[in-house]
Amino acid sequence: MRSHEVRAIIGPNGAGKSSMLNVLNGVYRPQKGRIRFRDREFRNMVPHEAASMGIARTFQNIALFKGMTVLDNVMTGRNLKMRCSFVEQALWIGRARREEMVHRRAVEEIIDFLEIQHIRKTPVGRLPYGLQKRVELARALAAEPTLLLLDEPMAGMNLEEKQDMCRFILDVNDHYGTTLVLIEHDMGVVMDISQRVVVLDYGRKIADGTPEEIRGDEKVIAAYLGVAHA
Amino acid sequence: MKEDIEALDTFPKLLMHHAAVHGERPAIREKDLGIWQTWTWRELAEEVRALACALAGLGLKRGDHFALVGDNRPRLYACMAAGQCLGAIPVPLYQDAVAAEMAFPIQNASIAIAFAEDQEQVDKLVEIHPRCPTLERIIYDDPRGMRHYAHDKLVPYDKLIADGRERLKADPAFIDAQIAKGASQDAAAMFFTSGTTGVAKGVVHTHGSLIGPSRTAAELEKLGPNDVILAYLPPAWIGQNIFSCAQAYVAGYCICCPESAETVMNDMREIGPTYYFAPPRVLETLLTTVSIRMEDASRLKRWLYRKFMAVANRVGGAILDGKPVTTTDRLLYGVGDVVVYGPLRNVLGMSRVKIGYTAGEAIGPDLFKFYRSIGINLKQLYGSTETAVFVCIQPNGQVKPDTVGPAVPGVELKFTPERELVVRGPGLFREYYKNPQATAEAKDQDGWFHTGDAGYFDVDGHVKIIDRVKDVGALVDGTLFAPKYLENKLKFFPYIREAVCFGHTRDRVCAFINIDPEAVGNWAEKRHMPYSGYIDLASRDEVYALIRECVEQVNADLAQEPEIANSQIHRFLILHKELDADDEELTRTRKVRRRFIGEKYVSLVDALYDGSPSVHIQAQVRYEDGRTGSVSADLRIADAKTFPPEAARRAA
Repeated sequence: MRSHEVRAIIGPNGAGKSSMLNVLNGVYRPQKGRIRFRDREFRNMVPHEAASMGIARTFQNIALFKGMTVLDNVMTGRNLKMRCSFVEQALWIGRARREEMVHRRAVEEIIDFLEIQHIRKTPVGRLPYGLQKRVELARALAAEPTLLLLDEPMAGMNLEEKQDMCRFILDVNDHYGTTLVLIEHDMGVVMDISQRVVVLDYGRKIADGTPEEIRGDEKVIAAYLGVAHA
Repeated sequence: MKEDIEALDTFPKLLMHHAAVHGERPAIREKDLGIWQTWTWRELAEEVRALACALAGLGLKRGDHFALVGDNRPRLYACMAAGQCLGAIPVPLYQDAVAAEMAFPIQNASIAIAFAEDQEQVDKLVEIHPRCPTLERIIYDDPRGMRHYAHDKLVPYDKLIADGRERLKADPAFIDAQIAKGASQDAAAMFFTSGTTGVAKGVVHTHGSLIGPSRTAAELEKLGPNDVILAYLPPAWIGQNIFSCAQAYVAGYCICCPESAETVMNDMREIGPTYYFAPPRVLETLLTTVSIRMEDASRLKRWLYRKFMAVANRVGGAILDGKPVTTTDRLLYGVGDVVVYGPLRNVLGMSRVKIGYTAGEAIGPDLFKFYRSIGINLKQLYGSTETAVFVCIQPNGQVKPDTVGPAVPGVELKFTPERELVVRGPGLFREYYKNPQATAEAKDQDGWFHTGDAGYFDVDGHVKIIDRVKDVGALVDGTLFAPKYLENKLKFFPYIREAVCFGHTRDRVCAFINIDPEAVGNWAEKRHMPYSGYIDLASRDEVYALIRECVEQVNADLAQEPEIANSQIHRFLILHKELDADDEELTRTRKVRRRFIGEKYVSLVDALYDGSPSVHIQAQVRYEDGRTGSVSADLRIADAKTFPPEAARRAA
């Protein structure tokens, strides 16, 4: 992975794309191999370590707090950055107050960035799917990640929502300089927005390169379409 | 003190006056990062002075035009005022216009400097740049997404204002001298009228022609520094400009800019404006939202709502007008105010609204009455870009749903023999920019402006606008025939979707009706009336009876109005198909193309007039995929009761 790039992982169902992300941020423990991140090597990742090192992710199935407002959901993304003690929080004194203002500002900037001002105070459960996905992206961004893992950010979206999402992903990459890894099935989207594409099949990397290279790769075509058994 | 203000004849002078007299009061608010940020008059004035110095540095001179493209933002308004300080003329453009539409104004007025709100607007300006050689600088406010733009004409606002502050420090006297040079007869702003009918025209207004009517109206409605308005309509529209710029400078009230178009409802609740403007369609959308939410409410709430809205409907308007009402009703209304109307106003964000205006098109009487009955002082006004809005305003206590009120003080009105409304007053525009021919056509030697609207004075001297002059005809007996007026009256019934009236050079008026399939369908369902489809529904006896009631009610209304009492609808038929823009029967903005329909269905029109009870029609229809088919049907023609004119009845 190079920093600041947008990289897509594609592959047929069950190829191990999501597993790959899960290994990267420590949900799964790899059986073999090592993870290298910012010149440090890990046998396996622990989720909170991954998060504090700046890896954030979104999920294939939306994992937001449905009863909470958009604002509160995005605020949870700042969780790791809160330093004040439980007592301070409970009594709303000292650092709690100052921190809350700093974090609220950061969150509001993200809300502005992703254009979700109008739903700021709406409980997430009442929002349409496409917007929920956007809120999830907002929460991931709130952690100020250096590496952002997106698991099918556009699944189940209509054309317009997809276009919006593409624009936001490119904006995030451009504006915050975040490195992005995304899993996506919509080839049009993948070819358009990613600089490099990795193709997985049965847990193995079968190709890696620019979108043009991938499009012409025979192994990839075979993996997707099947090979005629002579 | 009052005389002082009268002496301030330009917007920059007014701005500096407010900064000096009540500098710490809020001038403009914007919701940024979820919090309302306030600019006081002093801050606004400082920003404007610095900005003016910077614009002078970019070469903006007295008499130059400059463009502004964007939504309501404090910086856009600051930029507008800064240009005015230098004697330059701001030309606000519609932010939702496509790039090609922006090219004409910029070429026409040889604009060199343009202010763009964000990347979207910058893109459009950059796109048309090759066709607009005069365009030299594009100032942009929101830097988002602009990092990779290497266009040499782009200037970020932040850099501009920093530059301006230095220039201001170096030579503070320069800007004061520039402001002092401005005079009331100087051009203050130019508004482009929409180019739907031919080429767009730039309407030039002077400081005087904007300040005059704004001041009169502000005094009439007692607007002052404590008032608040939400600026949510496009700044390129004269109305928005009057409400959120001219009148704010005159009365010194506070303008609030919503966060985005989607948050307007929320922002309105937070701000609680005291002064409000909305075109009828916005009011209608709001009412629909309320109705839908009421249907989801609990049974008790629905019952309360129904009960108390009936009370409001009966006496609400009268209470607002200060007319006598029985004590019982007053008490009932008081209870209703606590349990229903108050909370409802709060939800609409109208708890503090002192004056609400609506204009632009005819408003349905029920819609109008709804807002008035819950205690919102909604009034109609009449005006146009060329007249700086204020021509007629309904005075408090004399509000009628179907007139636009008497002339504003200082404005003269009369009707030409063709019934066209002509206006003379302090708010008239100076000219159409670089178009003396159009100016001469619209404004005659004596200074009367031809509005193009037809109407008459009602018994109380209120102006009633009925149609565009070019559409108005006459029956053979000379009675005025205003098709749109009749059609609007019909369309205010929920069961009628469209109506087309005929009567020009005929002896009486007849109409085609299009039923509203949803409303009539619901009505039929409630009565357990089965029907197979639109054509079946449209030809039912019951539906004919329903529509006849509507038509007869319109006739009864018309009988009250001596001027047009003879244009009551004698016969009507319900069309076998919905009028459709795909069949060219409607324009894309859903206006009926009366002449086209008259020619297309000539056999139907003939049948209406020759007295036959029904007519057979075979018609071509075009399906959505472009294929054509034919429909044949026997359409019945129904007679409607007409009423003798009120005046005649009284005399008899």
